Order: sequence, then C-alpha cells, then structure tokens
Amino acid sequence: MSLSLEEIQRIANLSKLSFDEPQSIAMQGKINSFFKLVEQMDSVDTEGVEPLFHPVSVVQDITLRLQDDVADTGNHREGNMQNAPAAQGGYFLVPKVIE
Amino acid sequence: MSQAPLHHQSVRALTTALRQRDVSATEVAQHFLARSQAHPELGAYLAIDEDATLAQAKAADMRLAAGTAGALEGLPLAHKDIFVTKDFPSTAASKMLAGYRSPFDATVVSKLADAGVVTLGKLSCDEFAMGSGNENTAVAPVGAEAAAPVRNPWDTSRVPGGSSGGSAAAIAAGLAPAATGTDTGGSIRQPAAFCGITGIKPTYGRISRHGMIAFASSLDQAGPMARSAEDCALLLSAMAGPDPERDSTSLSAPAEDFSLQLNQSLEGLRIGVPAEFFGDGIEADVRTAIDAALKEYEKLGAKLVPVALPRTELSIPVYYIIAPAEASSNLSRFDGVKFGHRAKEYADLQEMYTNTRTEGFGDEVKRRIMVGAYVLSHGYYDAYYLKALKIRRIIANDFQQAFKDCDVIAGPVAPSVAWKIGEKADDPVANYLADIFTLPASLAGLPGMSLPVGFGAGGMPVGLQLIGNYLQESKLLNVAHRFQQATDFHLQRPKGF
Amino acid sequence: MTAKLINGYEVVIGFETHAQLATNSKIFSRAAIGFGAEPNTHTSVLDCALPGTLPVMNKHAVAHAIRLGLALGSHVAPVSIFARKNYFYPDLPKGYQISQFEIPVVQGGEVSFFLGDEKKTVRLVRAHLEEDAGKSVHDQFPGESGIDLNRAGTPLLEIVTEPDIRSTEEAVAYAKELHKIVTWIGICDGNMQEGNFRCDANVSVRKPGQPLGTRREIKNLNSFRNMQIAIDYEIRWQIEQIEDGYDIQQATVLFNPDTGETRAMRTKEDSADYRYFPDPDLPPLVIAPEWVEQVKAEMPELPRQMAERFVRDFGLPEYDATTLTQSRAMGAYFEEAAKLSGQAKLVSNWIMGEVSRRLNSEEVAIETAPVQPPQLAALIGRIVDNTISNNAAKQVFDEFWVTGNVSLGQIIVSGSIEVDAQKQVDAIIEAKGLKQMNDTGALEAIIDEVIANNAANVEQYRAGKDKAFNALVGQVMKASKGKANPAQVNELLKKKLG
Repeated sequence: MSLSLEEIQRIANLSKLSFDEPQSIAMQGKINSFFKLVEQMDSVDTEGVEPLFHPVSVVQDITLRLQDDVADTGNHREGNMQNAPAAQGGYFLVPKVIE
Repeated sequence: MSQAPLHHQSVRALTTALRQRDVSATEVAQHFLARSQAHPELGAYLAIDEDATLAQAKAADMRLAAGTAGALEGLPLAHKDIFVTKDFPSTAASKMLAGYRSPFDATVVSKLADAGVVTLGKLSCDEFAMGSGNENTAVAPVGAEAAAPVRNPWDTSRVPGGSSGGSAAAIAAGLAPAATGTDTGGSIRQPAAFCGITGIKPTYGRISRHGMIAFASSLDQAGPMARSAEDCALLLSAMAGPDPERDSTSLSAPAEDFSLQLNQSLEGLRIGVPAEFFGDGIEADVRTAIDAALKEYEKLGAKLVPVALPRTELSIPVYYIIAPAEASSNLSRFDGVKFGHRAKEYADLQEMYTNTRTEGFGDEVKRRIMVGAYVLSHGYYDAYYLKALKIRRIIANDFQQAFKDCDVIAGPVAPSVAWKIGEKADDPVANYLADIFTLPASLAGLPGMSLPVGFGAGGMPVGLQLIGNYLQESKLLNVAHRFQQATDFHLQRPKGF
Repeated sequence: MTAKLINGYEVVIGFETHAQLATNSKIFSRAAIGFGAEPNTHTSVLDCALPGTLPVMNKHAVAHAIRLGLALGSHVAPVSIFARKNYFYPDLPKGYQISQFEIPVVQGGEVSFFLGDEKKTVRLVRAHLEEDAGKSVHDQFPGESGIDLNRAGTPLLEIVTEPDIRSTEEAVAYAKELHKIVTWIGICDGNMQEGNFRCDANVSVRKPGQPLGTRREIKNLNSFRNMQIAIDYEIRWQIEQIEDGYDIQQATVLFNPDTGETRAMRTKEDSADYRYFPDPDLPPLVIAPEWVEQVKAEMPELPRQMAERFVRDFGLPEYDATTLTQSRAMGAYFEEAAKLSGQAKLVSNWIMGEVSRRLNSEEVAIETAPVQPPQLAALIGRIVDNTISNNAAKQVFDEFWVTGNVSLGQIIVSGSIEVDAQKQVDAIIEAKGLKQMNDTGALEAIIDEVIANNAANVEQYRAGKDKAFNALVGQVMKASKGKANPAQVNELLKKKLG
C-alpha cells in the first residue's frame, strides 16, 4: 500500500502541518518506504486476538484507579499561564474564533 | 573512596564518601559542573544553572550535617530533558518548547530530590525522544550557538545513540556520575550500549510517567543510567513506585530496594537465547562480543537455553505504528495557545496553528505525527492501529512462552556499534531497523537493560541486552552485577575522559 | 407511535443532552469546579494541558453515571473505555477531548413521561462520561478571542436518545422529564442558564413511510421555552426548504433567542475525522456489581415510582400524582401533609391551588414556604371538622403565609419552645373570628327572625320557587355574619319551613 500526495495533504491538514510540494514528495517517499515494512503485518492471523493496550495487562488485571472527589481550591493561574505566548486579563489570547 | 578523581567514582562510592563527609555535596557538584562546562564539544547538556545546582548542593550539605540525609544525599545527577523541572528549562530538545519553564517537577525529579540528589542540569536527547542517534535535536546545547547532535565520547565522529544520547554521553565522559533516561523503543538501552555504560528500562508502569513529556503513552518508561548495575539499582530504588494521584498507568507494585539481590549466585540460572536475535541482521563484531559474554555467563554457572521470539522482525512495523499513533495525539497540545512556540506570521487561527506546528516541530517528529494521524484516520484504524495492537499481544505472549524455559533472555542491544554522525540521517527506515532488538521488550512492557560486554569495530563499546519478566528488575540487576563483578568492561572509559 | 403530521410531514427528533455532573473537582484533575470565577483561576496543570500531565479519574463522577443508569433502567457496563476525540480548537487544551466512544458506561434504558394523558417512552442509546471544554470570549479583545479554561475538564454525562420523538411538545416533555430525573437523583444541578443541562436536538422531517430525512442539530437550547421556539422554527424551515425543492444539508445550527431563528454554524475544519482511539493514559473503567448494588441501595424513590405510590396509597388521580412529583420536595411536602391530615385529595388540591399560586408568585421554594405540612394539615383539619369554611381557610392561609411562623401558638415544652401547628392555626382563626357558628340554638333564633321578616320569600318558597329558598339562606348567612354553617342552615331552614 502507498499514500498518494492527496492523502499526504489530507493528513497534513488533519495534523495542522503544511508542506510545499518538494517537502510533500519527500514525506511521501519516506512514509511509503516505511509502509513497505508494514506489509508483513498482513501475514499475521490476528483472528480472535484482543488488542493489547497496557502491556502489563498480559499478566495481571490493570483497571482504572479512581480518586476521591476532593477539590484543590487553590488558584494556580500564574504558574499555569507563565509560558503563554499571548495572554491578557487572565485569558489566553488567540486570533478571533469565528463560528 | 579511592584516590581516583571524583568523576571516576561510582554512585555507591560517592554517596558513601558524602555520607562520611569525606567530601561535600558542594565540592562534588562544582567538580562535575566544571567538567560539564569544559566539554561543550560533546553537546550533552542543554541547560546548566550553577546557582540552582549549588543551592541544591548547599541544602544537601546541611542535611548531611544535620544527619537528615536521604539515601542519595548530595549525589549529583543530570536529567534527560524529557523530564519537566521547576529549576531548569524543559524543552524535549524541541524548538516548540525552547525556554519552557514547568511550574512543577516530574515525579521522577521530585523522588530523586527527596532522596537527596543534586541536579546538574538537563541533558540533550532526540526531539520528543524520537530517534536512535540523538541527531534530531533542535535546541542549542550549552556553549553552542546552534542546535547540534550529541557526540559519542568514544569517537566524537559517531552518534551516542538515542534518544537518551545526552545521558549516555555525559556518563561515559564523566560529566555526570549518573543520569535519568526514558525508553520508549530502546532509548535507554541502545545509547547505554553505544557509550559503554549501564542502563535499565524497568517494567512499563514501574516508574511514574507524570512529568515526562509524553511521546508514546503505552510505551514510555523512565529509568536510571550509570556506570554499573549496582549504581542503577541504587537509583532505581529511589525512582520506582506507584503514583496513584498523578499517573493512572503506574503500577501498584510498591518500590523495592533493588540492591538486595545483587550478589545472588547465578548457579543454575537459565539464560534464554533467542535465535531471532542472532540472525543475519547482527554484525560480526557485535556477535563476537555477545558470544563471549554468554560464555562468561556459563563460567558463572548459568545455563544457555534456546528460546523462540518468532515475531521479532514484526516488532518494527508494530512499534512504528503504535508509537506514532499515540504521539500524533500527545503532540496535539503543542498548538501555540497555552505555552511554547507560536508563529510570528499568521492571518487567522488556522494559520496560527499550522505555521506554529510547521515551524516548531522537526522533520522526524512531523513524519511520526503524519504516520500516526494516518493510521488512526477513518478507514485505516482497524487495518493498522488495531491490528498492530493485536500483534503486540501476540509478541507479549511469545515472551511469556519463552519465560517458561528461562529466567532471563539475553541478546544484543543493537545490530551494530554506534554509527557515524550523518550516516543514517536521511534514512529513517534504516534507523527504525536498527531498533529491532530493543522493540520487542518495549512492546511487551518488559524490563530490559544494557551492560557493556566488549568492544567492536573502531573500538566502540558493545552492549548486552538482558530482558526479564514483569517486575523482575532485581533479577536483571543481579544478573548484570555478577557479570560486572567478574569483568571490567563497565570500568573502561574513553580516552581523554 | 402515532405521529401527528405537519403539512403532511412527520417530524423525527433525537436528543443529545450534556448533563454537568455535580462534583467538587473536575473529572480528570482535582481543580475545583467554578462557574463565573475569574478566568483560568480554576485550572490545574492538567486542565491547561501542560507537558507531562496525566488524567486521573474522579470516583464521584462514576458514581453519578451509575445512578443515572439505575434511574433509567439502563445497563451499567462492567467495563467501559475512555477514548480520545482528536481535533484542534482553542478551548480544547490537549487537542483532544477525553470521552467514551465504542464502549460507554451507561447503555440502553428509557425515559417515560405523560404528554397530556398519553404515556410516551423515549429509548436511550447510551450515556457516556466525558470532559467539558473551556470557553472562548469573543467580545473583550479586538480581533482576538480570550480562552478561559475554568470549565475545561468539568465532568459531563452525554445522554443520547434514539430518534423516537415525533413532535416539539414531546421533545420538550422529554427534556423536562430528563431534567426532573437528573436533578431528582442529585447528579446535576440542572441550571440551564449556567449551561449545566445542555440539550442538542437532532431534527429531521420526512413524508410518512419515507426513510429518515437529513438531520440538522440545534445546539445549546438553554431553556425549555427556547427549545419549543427553536424546534418549531427548525421544523417549519426544513419543510419550507423541501417544499421549495431544496435538499437539507446536514449541519449544526445555533438558536438565536433574540430572533427566534436557527442559523447554521461555520463547520469546524476536519471535523469529519476525529481519529478516536482508546486513551492510553486511562486503563479500562471497571465497575464491580457490588458497587452498583451499593449505589442502588442509596438511590431515592424515583418520581414515577412516587407518583404511582401516591395513586395507590392515597387514591390520587394520575394527574395529581404527576403534578405533585415535579420535585422531591413537593412530593415530600404532600406526603407529610396527607399523612398528618388524612385528607390526601384536599391536601393535593391545596398544594396545586393556593400553595403553588403563592410559591410561583413569590418564587419561593416549597421547602422554605411559611406554611409547612403541619400547618396545612391543621388548617385542612379545621375545614373538615366544620370549624371554618373553605373561604375562611383561605384567609387563614394567607394570614399565616404573610405573618410566617409567628409566635402564635408557641407552647413551652420542658423549657424549649415548640411550635404546635394546630395552636398556630386555631389562634389565627380565633384572632380573625372566622369560626363557624355551630350553636344550633343561636342559629334557630336567627332563622326564626329571618322567616318572620321575609314573609314574601316564604310564600314563594312554599309555592315551589327554589330561588326564594336561596334568598332566605342568604339572609341567614348575612345575619350570622358568614359564620353560620351553610349545610346546617339549609337543614334547619327546610325543617322550619316544613
């Protein structure tokens, strides 16, 4: 299987990345050479095999830990916003969002 | 403490000397700061802050004086720049995070601080830990104007391995007695092998991921890197343990003293040797060193038993689908809104996003985001992502099958010694193929380590990989330690360091 | 389902409701929930998606999901999975929303309610746990939007129905019933203005027998009234489009309360491909049967069950029972008063009449009404035992409501002041002199006098004119200053007139 330039473009848009044509072609070449390796996956019969998410669940049940609903009422805005590229009046600023 | 210079001392020797007040934390810190600044050519450090380090050292000296010292009180250590820190910038070696200051410390950082560790600085790595040569860095190292790859102290024309290349190079060059690393597909084991040091990637979930800048959530695992297994055991004991309030994937298994079993005899130990790790892929010089190491183990009383890991080759596509898929989502938060790089030029919100991310991420990171977004996208999820996760289970089951016949599995860490900088720079697939022996244990979430067992082409170090069953870190460290008691490969150091 | 048609079209509506769960902290961080606080003051490092942060699940939010599942007869999944919904938006700090996709925590179930006297049932597809997004403000900074992440990470249950609804009235009735249930079981405050009960309606129209038409989703209907207006407008709009030969394009539309119209939103880019996948930061959510049983044991009686019990135990009409179970407080108020007075139907009439009138006009919650069940019961007791007439009772009620729990009727019991409702009521009756005259002797005297002074009416009555009798009764009541018992007057008067 191999990706077309159109697919490269579509995925770039999804990922909020942009490539000019030479870059797209280079990207296409490298991604497609990787997908050559992927083809060997077709030979594996995964019928009835469960996907493995948390690897240790192979040997023990891994379930979600739940925390008590105890609120931290502190105001951590300063630290949380200290790296903001654009902020004013306690808000993060972005170019106007049009709905 | 022997008469050897401080930077030739082990973690064990330094902590003992510090506790006995033979040397002060401040003196030790100053020594390593001086060395680190004296070797900018290696590009190992991305951040050094003498004031911050010496302030920590001073506090350590006070605790040592007050008799309230922690287990590693005063030991200087540097962190891979994947761990966020309050006192130093945290960049993941990416332009996206240049100058980023975290308001909190990673759990690993705070746990080591609680044990008394003094932070020397932040170490270079591949951008967002994506790479196996430490050539993908976008942040200028200390003492340099522009971003530069980390160089291997054994041969500065070669890579130190990656992604924890800065950690491995710093230890090999005596710029730090120990360091933290992270391992997603081999990023602790492979650079440890390339630089002739010792490193361990524990069981997935053994160490909290809180404060690790995420690459692939179901694979990322922190671990210690040092000269010896004994040193790694001391560090791991301080790093491991559940983190229920900050990491839902951290295991409930309590922390252990990983030094306790170090000296157990290897008499009757069954070492599994997978044929798949000794095929055409592996180069002769590496093969020779590994065979010699296995012979040494037989001398130590271990038995070699053949085991099968039939899907070893498949681990490459499986890993390079799962890891990028998770990464493509984990890296979505880098959008120029809350922190990090934001493009100067944009007409609207969409352009701000696209320009910010296009400028902020390096090529390899972009490639992985693209692959990841693609395999998760509509119509491909089942064929790629889900299928990869199913084969992942088969691979994990293969290991459980193998561990019926052996106690640990041994093989090479990498098919070759460290390659020349630039040699594989434009061939990502060649880089991916070089990960073949570290990926299986990563996908299975098993503990794996690398210890130096000889030298190959160009006098470059060769590392032996030991893989244990889940939570068997103590066993791995024991197996590595006994080898290091009988040999001195781990004490070899590159000329001039 | 028999659907009423609009210009020959059948209306098909499905609902997606976001109920904000009543918790102290957020779903995946322990930052405090805070509506209307200073921007970004209720955020943790996780809510701002700072590098290195990981989600940790709030147990209380899961318990709320179990409650909803039990209340709606749904299957509470023993294992459910959190997934990432990936898209870029400024109020979505991580670039993905943690939600549930393939395996939600609550599966199936239904909501039943009365539309007039017709019982309707809307089937649920699912209810899943997810995190809310932050808020964007567009009017404070020229050319820019401000992002406030206080709301980011607030726990939500998204409750999704089958397209079972066939009219606007039914849609509003469904939403009201669901709102009643989530507030009744205490998992949601239900304040629609503050957006903690947000309804999105998927509306389409079709000719009967035709396949489902293309739907448009009306977002954020923040009051039941707007819901009515918006859906009506949308239905008319869609029918006109089709009648004019246009196709309906699938779209998300916003309702504008000022114009009463719906308008298609600018569609989010790439919204087509969310790249859902299980969140590798969150292992499966496992709910043990013991936990479900424990929650079940702590569940309050549900409105429908309570209404049925009122019909069964108190012989109330279905209508009364449904009206009295609009809220847990009103149901409890009725039950106490009914038990104290033994006059369920009278209590029901009073609550639906005088009490509700007062509550509505003064916007008082029934829990804090000046007239509480003991007083209402005491008052009704005095009507039943003929001490006062209905009209007099209304005066007592009003007096009591205005003066509140005044010291009237307080008695000292072992040093502490205790309020005796009967004494309070009687004191007011006394003070206003509303007691009916039940003294036969005095009444007979009045009647004799009236008969003597109204010979003409007496003649007419005897000639068979009933009107004349009523006139005489009126005279007697007047002479007794309204205190005579009308029934008794009738009886005595008839006797005396032979």
